Amino acid sequence: MAANARPIRLLRNLNAKIAAVPMILTALVVFVGGSMWTVIYSFTGSKLLPKKLLKWDELFAIPVPEWIAKDGALNFDIPVGIVSRSFVGLDQYERLWASNRWIISIENLAIYGACSLVLSFVIGFVLAALLDQKIRFENTFRTIILYPFALSFIVTGLVWQWILNPEFGIQSIVRGMGFVGFTFDPLYNQDIVIYGILIAGLWQGTGLIMCLMLAGLRGIDEDIWKAARVDGIPMWKTYLFIVIPMMRPVFITTLVIIASGIVRVYDLVVAQTSGGPGISSEVPAKYVYDYMFQNQNLGQGFAASTMMLLAVAVVIIPWAYLEFGGRKRG
Amino acid sequence: MKHIGTLLGATALCAASSLSAAELEVTHWWTSGGEAAAVAEFAKAFNATGNKWVDGAIAGGGGTARPIMISRITGGDPMAATQFNHGRQAEELVEAGLMRDLTDIANAEGWADIVHPSSLLDSCTLDGHIYCVPVNIHSWQWLWLSNKAFADAGVAVPTSWDEFVAAAPALEAKGIIPLAMGQQSWQSSGAFNVLMVSLAGADLFLKVYGDHDADVAAGAEVARVFAAADDARKMAANSSVQDWNQATNLVITGKAGGQIMGDWAQGEFQVAGQVAGTDYTCLPGLGVNEIISTGGDAFYFPVLADEEQTAAQGELASLMLKPEVQVNFNLKKGSLPVRGDIDLSAANDCMKKGLEILAAGNVIPDPNQLMSPDSLGQINDLFVEFFNDASITAADAQARFAEIVGNAD
Repeated sequence: MAANARPIRLLRNLNAKIAAVPMILTALVVFVGGSMWTVIYSFTGSKLLPKKLLKWDELFAIPVPEWIAKDGALNFDIPVGIVSRSFVGLDQYERLWASNRWIISIENLAIYGACSLVLSFVIGFVLAALLDQKIRFENTFRTIILYPFALSFIVTGLVWQWILNPEFGIQSIVRGMGFVGFTFDPLYNQDIVIYGILIAGLWQGTGLIMCLMLAGLRGIDEDIWKAARVDGIPMWKTYLFIVIPMMRPVFITTLVIIASGIVRVYDLVVAQTSGGPGISSEVPAKYVYDYMFQNQNLGQGFAASTMMLLAVAVVIIPWAYLEFGGRKRG
Repeated sequence: MKHIGTLLGATALCAASSLSAAELEVTHWWTSGGEAAAVAEFAKAFNATGNKWVDGAIAGGGGTARPIMISRITGGDPMAATQFNHGRQAEELVEAGLMRDLTDIANAEGWADIVHPSSLLDSCTLDGHIYCVPVNIHSWQWLWLSNKAFADAGVAVPTSWDEFVAAAPALEAKGIIPLAMGQQSWQSSGAFNVLMVSLAGADLFLKVYGDHDADVAAGAEVARVFAAADDARKMAANSSVQDWNQATNLVITGKAGGQIMGDWAQGEFQVAGQVAGTDYTCLPGLGVNEIISTGGDAFYFPVLADEEQTAAQGELASLMLKPEVQVNFNLKKGSLPVRGDIDLSAANDCMKKGLEILAAGNVIPDPNQLMSPDSLGQINDLFVEFFNDASITAADAQARFAEIVGNAD
């Protein structure tokens, strides 16, 4: 009898739905919930420990009869002093945007991000195109170029700290060859220090971009190349007008990988300069870490990380809308 | 004789301790050679009581170690004892009830009478209860000078800050960096605070850091300190090292004339085999105002469920203040003991100068005891920027400094 009844919509594919529950819970609780928690607490004056935003009785607006409160029967789990100073409105954000260090961090991220994005794409694609010419020892070259990616950012940063150190690195080697006036000390010059970090970032990350591009190039049908050759189209034109437009999905994947790497750049800076000289190579992620942990000011750290989240959202949401929303309509 | 004393002390402790033995994990950030040797003295004395010291050293300095310690304590996996600096770093942990109240032990052993200066015990006290054991005193107000650098430059070793500034051109003419300074932010603000105490006096320092008086911070006397900091900035312009001990090394090798750094720098001179007076000179209070601050380290004991461990915590706490432990520990550490009634005749010349100043009572609290880590972090950011960016004028920096001081908590 049960077999004849129409299955309830909610129970259709029950197994699949049950299997999806952990994923949905993870997405909602861990990812969305964690982000929301951070945003909410960025409006508090939390210092070393998070401070509750509201007392329960404020939240539900239950009037407490005076004789109960007097009796001490109603126990609050937090001292009143902490509650009264916990909500600070937009104070954390005002302080954040008035802080020189945060402004410099944002500028550095903008420079690093723009250069890193463009150069990763260009260098990665050119290397991939060169490797795609059916050369000998392709595997060897690919391994060599990909190798830096196997190193952590901390190790990369330390290696480049020594390479760029004026006393031990490139500058001293070139000076040793007789060019006494040669100066190359990006990590010790406030104006160009972010480019010193950029060099290390590119060295580490380009190999992966190259591999992604190479995979994309290999996905292009051999017949397209043959057709282009029959039509007498020069190779560079084939790349520019045929191959690259066909590699759109690969480019989007690459873009997401590079962009997420840019926003959270932290370890490279810590290993290479610790934000110096002065505060000229500070980045937002380092601001968040330093305020949350070293300066024991969670509220300020949360405000900064909320701004980072907002920056990512500003980029991602219009893009996702165009990418996915547009396709549905079309 | 000293060994016999130590043995006797250890035996006495053994006899005094209960039969129960426990393993206690102690976390700290003392990892350099001299520091590790010093902490081994604690471990040795504690193991002699029949308990077991499990060393939990965290490399990378206080800035790295403190977040790890705090997250373990707040995350429900507390160690048995942990280092913090004198001051307010653990304040909220104490307020949240995560630290053990040591008042009983303190009263039984009369800590209030033996800890000198008493401000150290005040820093451990919240609402009349004592939550930590101060173990040593480190002071910031020292100028370390390389005798070799000044001999090379053909000028006499300065005896005060003004003489040092005047000697700077002669040093520079010989290619010597007048003032060595690392890039870490706490070094810049530390040097500024030393200039303030030494050039403008303890009262002004207490008004700014103790009372958070923004008007004083914006006033003429602090302006004079900023002018001196501007001098220091010019003298340190070519010092491109990162860590404080690299900067000290410039002084040891005679590549730099001097360095403003706390008395922990002394360990570096000792390791390099240098002798105070002949190879290097130390000027407490920059040779102007002989005042030292009483920063340093204290041990906190998180609340534990295990009774045996709790008992052992008490033993460790009282042991850290025992005279012989204080002597052995502080001689290795190069710091001053927290009790004035013990004999430190083995100390070197610079340490003895420090002991004299301490005995005379010319002490001020450390900024860590007066301001929250948040406010001090902002001050660090300001000064590392000021010392590295010549385009910020002293007046601009002072205006920002006064604002931070006014908002400080």
